[in-house]
Amino acid sequence: MAFITDYANPEKFERLARPLTPVLTSLAAALAALGLYFALFNSPADYQQGESVRIMYVHVPAAWMALFCYTAMAAASAAGFIWKHPLADVAAKTTAPIGAVFTALALITGSLWGKPMWGTWWAWDARLTSVLILFFLYLGYIAIWEAIEDKTRAAKIAAIVAIVGFVNVPIIRFSVDWWNSLHQPASVIRADGPSIHSSMLTPLLLMGAAYMAAYAAMLLVSMRTELAARRLARLERLQSERVSGVRAE
Amino acid sequence: MTAFAAIVSRDVRLAFRAGGGSLQGALFFAIAALIFALAIGADIATLSRLAAPILWACALLSTLVSLERIFQADAEDGSLDVIVETADPLEVAFLAKAAAHWLTASLPLIVAAPVIGVLLNLPAERFAPLIVSLLIGTPALSLIGALGAALTLSLKRAGVLVTILVAPLYAPALIFGVAASGGPDAPMAASALLFLGAATMFSLIIATLAGAAAIRMNMN
Repeated sequence: MAFITDYANPEKFERLARPLTPVLTSLAAALAALGLYFALFNSPADYQQGESVRIMYVHVPAAWMALFCYTAMAAASAAGFIWKHPLADVAAKTTAPIGAVFTALALITGSLWGKPMWGTWWAWDARLTSVLILFFLYLGYIAIWEAIEDKTRAAKIAAIVAIVGFVNVPIIRFSVDWWNSLHQPASVIRADGPSIHSSMLTPLLLMGAAYMAAYAAMLLVSMRTELAARRLARLERLQSERVSGVRAE
Repeated sequence: MTAFAAIVSRDVRLAFRAGGGSLQGALFFAIAALIFALAIGADIATLSRLAAPILWACALLSTLVSLERIFQADAEDGSLDVIVETADPLEVAFLAKAAAHWLTASLPLIVAAPVIGVLLNLPAERFAPLIVSLLIGTPALSLIGALGAALTLSLKRAGVLVTILVAPLYAPALIFGVAASGGPDAPMAASALLFLGAATMFSLIIATLAGAAAIRMNMN
């Protein structure tokens, strides 16, 4: 806990985050290179799906990250809401666009995978549908941050949005599964096999780790950017107060 | 309890006396159904099959357009300040606002639904399941919608934003509502009705807690 409260100070955070950013970036690049080597050259083609199974190695980690980022966003929001940790709000806010991009990536690669496998770009499959709803939840969270001008209030309102969304995700998932079992078209081939062979699991886990490191690196960069932007806004306000002699508010 | 009754009766009176808000809601519901019918075509068999889903979608859309003003008007004229100051706890006041919204926005739709159902050739045996599913499911729409309204009450033009925030959370109510209105012979209609009830109960807890918190955050 002391570690966490220590880094509530933006300058201490900056001192930690600045050297950590290139480390995490190179880690992500190295893991992605290794993972892609295994995925493209050193893993078997699927006996049913052929070479297109390799889309899995960019698709599945993106779907993992879509859920992970939403969880992280809700956890950071809860931390900001309960303990008023100043960096938690920043972390939640900056996680949202990254998570939304991972979600979009999962949807797009899923669609590209669906075309050869299912013969269509989009099937109203339970997973696709619930990930699409998750994408809209991300966009709603981003939109509420954009809409409310006062940043302290925006942080609190957005935290409620994130937590309510997080609590509802399993229920939405359940209802969409249930809906899908009512309307399940018979022609859809389920992409998930009974189990996954280790020659496929290695590149998948490597890519998952690469995505995770990339998320951490991007999070640090955007958190630092957000903190710098807030500092700049504060300095500009002070400057204009000094010049005009009028205090805002 | 008196505070709850006072807010509900005030809101209901305001809705029915000032500008015919409730009538407009039912009118929107009917026009939305007309839009669906025009888009789908005049084929009776298709419309009859799609009648229950169309009616549920129209109920959801009419709820969405009616959300924006739930708290905004009160925030503008200062009565929300009075409600926040006097309500103990604020959750009761939120619940009263949501109940008043249901009475003034959803109940007229449910009354109008059988008439629109006739126009869409809803099969005779589907009328009762549809009404029951709307009665059980629309409170969830009002509750989650009131939460969306509470989150955005400080904004000038919140209509589209409320829709973006709220519509994904409506997915369970819509899915179970449509399934429950499928009629007794449709598979899983009974379990859908139970799940719909569960969705409403869950919204009751989540929306009330989060909505009251949102009002507090927006008012100080």
